[in-house]
Amino acid sequence: MRKCSLNAVNEVFAEIAKAAKLYLPVDQADGSAAFKEWENGVTWSSALNTVKSPKDLFFPQTEDLMAFKTEGKSIEVIDTRREVEDFVVFGVRACDVKSFEILDRVFIKEPVDSYYASKREKGVIVALACTKPSETCFCTAFGICAEEPCGDVSAWKTEDALYFRANTEKGEALMKRLEALTEECGEDAVNAQKEKTAQIMKKLPLAKLDTGAFGGGKTEQLFNAPEWDELSSACLGCGTCTFVCPTCQCYDIKDFNTGNGVIRYRCWDSCMYSEFTKMAHGNNRLTQKERFRQRFMHKLVYYPENNDGLFSCVGCGRCLAKCPISMNIVKVMKKLGGKDSE
Amino acid sequence: MQVKEFKPLIVAFCCNWCSYAGADLAGGNRLNYPAEVKIIRVPCSCRINPMFILRAFQRGADGVIICGCHPGDCHYTSGNYYTRRRMAALFSMLDFLGIEKERTRLEWVSAAEGAKFAATMNDFAEKIIELGENKRLEDLRCKK
Amino acid sequence: MQKIMREQLIEKAASLLNNGTVTAVLGWGKGEFDYDVTPAVFKTEEELKAGFVWNDFCGANFSKYLVKKTDRLEGKLLVFLKPCDTYSFNQLLTEHRFDREKVYAIGVPCNGMADIAKIKAVSGEGISAVDTNGEKIAVTTIYDDAPVMIDPADVLAERCINCKSKKHVAYDELLGEEGDVIDSARFDEVARLEAMSADERFAFWQNELSRCIRCNACRDACPACTCEKCVFDNPASGVENKSPANSFEEQLFHVIRAYHVAGRCTDCGECSRVCPQNIPLHLLNRKFIKDINEFYGEYQAGETVGSRAPLVNYTTEDIEPGEVFDRRDK
Repeated sequence: MRKCSLNAVNEVFAEIAKAAKLYLPVDQADGSAAFKEWENGVTWSSALNTVKSPKDLFFPQTEDLMAFKTEGKSIEVIDTRREVEDFVVFGVRACDVKSFEILDRVFIKEPVDSYYASKREKGVIVALACTKPSETCFCTAFGICAEEPCGDVSAWKTEDALYFRANTEKGEALMKRLEALTEECGEDAVNAQKEKTAQIMKKLPLAKLDTGAFGGGKTEQLFNAPEWDELSSACLGCGTCTFVCPTCQCYDIKDFNTGNGVIRYRCWDSCMYSEFTKMAHGNNRLTQKERFRQRFMHKLVYYPENNDGLFSCVGCGRCLAKCPISMNIVKVMKKLGGKDSE
Repeated sequence: MQVKEFKPLIVAFCCNWCSYAGADLAGGNRLNYPAEVKIIRVPCSCRINPMFILRAFQRGADGVIICGCHPGDCHYTSGNYYTRRRMAALFSMLDFLGIEKERTRLEWVSAAEGAKFAATMNDFAEKIIELGENKRLEDLRCKK
Repeated sequence: MQKIMREQLIEKAASLLNNGTVTAVLGWGKGEFDYDVTPAVFKTEEELKAGFVWNDFCGANFSKYLVKKTDRLEGKLLVFLKPCDTYSFNQLLTEHRFDREKVYAIGVPCNGMADIAKIKAVSGEGISAVDTNGEKIAVTTIYDDAPVMIDPADVLAERCINCKSKKHVAYDELLGEEGDVIDSARFDEVARLEAMSADERFAFWQNELSRCIRCNACRDACPACTCEKCVFDNPASGVENKSPANSFEEQLFHVIRAYHVAGRCTDCGECSRVCPQNIPLHLLNRKFIKDINEFYGEYQAGETVGSRAPLVNYTTEDIEPGEVFDRRDK
């Protein structure tokens, strides 16, 4: 384990930024935080989490896939991909780190999504342990350890220092570059912090949320549950929950007519939208209840069924904080899971 | 290095009954107005949806002008009165977003006013040349 | 703190349910925490007692729900409306979006709603309880045993700071006393922006709109946006776009969203309340309202049922678009 003084944190950022683009949470004018590229003068935010998850850096909300140009009767297909350069994402919370495992199982599986895979290959994730979780946090329900995040490098921020531990080869390479700015140290301070955070995690209002009622094989039991009517009744059908979610991975591919060619791009889609999965024959989910059910069944039943029991929710709490009508996965789990989930 | 002369692209939405005929008259009388003015004929100026105007800017227009019948002369009695209110609200909103207010204009041109049509277009084009290229409402994808 | 207590509302609703006047109640449902209130339908007194909430976090405007909730309803639906909600209620009636006969509306006085983000800015994360029943809001967190006491005026939601009216313009029954229309300062921020140079305004809006994630919450929560199929969801419209691909798309969406409700927007502020990125969307709507007031005379959408919205109306003497700027620049 290595550490540096918090006073030297900007020097660490500068060193990282010399060889790779560095993204970290930055406070915005409206008081919320967002991942932004670091440059001299940019201050690292102390916010618990960003509104949009760092998923955006690997799977951007809009991404060009290819372009076409027509001339006479010939059509030229243009590969718009650029070589992805090394980049570092600093300050990713344990929940968001876990989300990449969930996304990887979708995108880096045959057929591999080269757009995503190339960014995963070049991106280094520096995870940051939580010390002051919010009441909306429930990562423990999904077996995530907020006090000891994974990632290529794990980091802990104490009152005066920043501690690092490399977990992967990429992480070790990054730490090697920071050798002059950091020093070897003991783990006492970090262990003390972990212990303290672990105690706080137990006190969180959602600490006892239980996933027992969900998982693979529960489709028949849950699909026709009468509770869906009530749960979905106030849903506005907006895409807030899906767009702030670190694990939602659905996208739409569209063609944009530029007037002198076509740009084929993809953009995040939301199962809450009425046009989602619209096909030649029409739409297979016609009501908001069906769309609403799809989102939660996917996270809690379908995904684990296909991925060795892994849920595709990480308990980051963004949807709890941002849903305009305050309907969210926790309420769904408690309602459908019966008393077991309380 | 040779500096390329800026030729603005101007979209003119013209009412079928007055302004389009006015443009015709301007042509018939051999009156000059810039070739960069592209006319789109509409059945009435109130056919114009705010989306038309924004889309014209997206596709590379540097200025958008709407020409309709003089108030009181609408072929459909009151279409241009609605246009007047809608465009007042829209142009004011675009200005509120920081888009140069000279990029949009509404003019009343009758079928007999060929000279006014040409003069209006010349004046509008001059203003747009002064302003330069539309940068604030552009879509870079359309410039590739 | 609200003037009317939760128990009074439950009692009223229960008596109307029990005597058969209404078959269901549209109200605020209890959440996981004290502040995450969800609109809910209650059918029995027991349900009301268990889950009905009325506190400083009942911001949701129920008017729009009436369109869907009364559609196939047997009997009447009881709805609680705050003063600002009643304007949307009238506007929807003007547009024939729901059947007035199917609704029993109770006006509830409102002292303004609290913004949980503003509370968190004071108390920090980890809220375990928020009590809004006292003179001060008491916020308890898991990090401190003693509650943080906050003056409600300091954490008032943005739209409530500039509340335009405490008067209910529609109801079948009113609880408490009737308030007045307020001479608010709601156009001050619009005026401040108008006074800026075009460059400054452009920079301001680029900064704000660049945060848009195109979740459509502003549109979906808006009581004036009740189209069966929005132009932005219609693949045949040519502008259907699910993402803020670039700054043009952001401008297009937000200008058109505000334009489509211009003259019909009651300034309820739902758009800004629900925006996950805190974009001050209500300023776009207020710009239209301010312009309409200045160009065509004072008009408050939803003040009465059946009034003709200014953008579907005209006089032969209306101001020319060019004159708008001449007048301002003078």
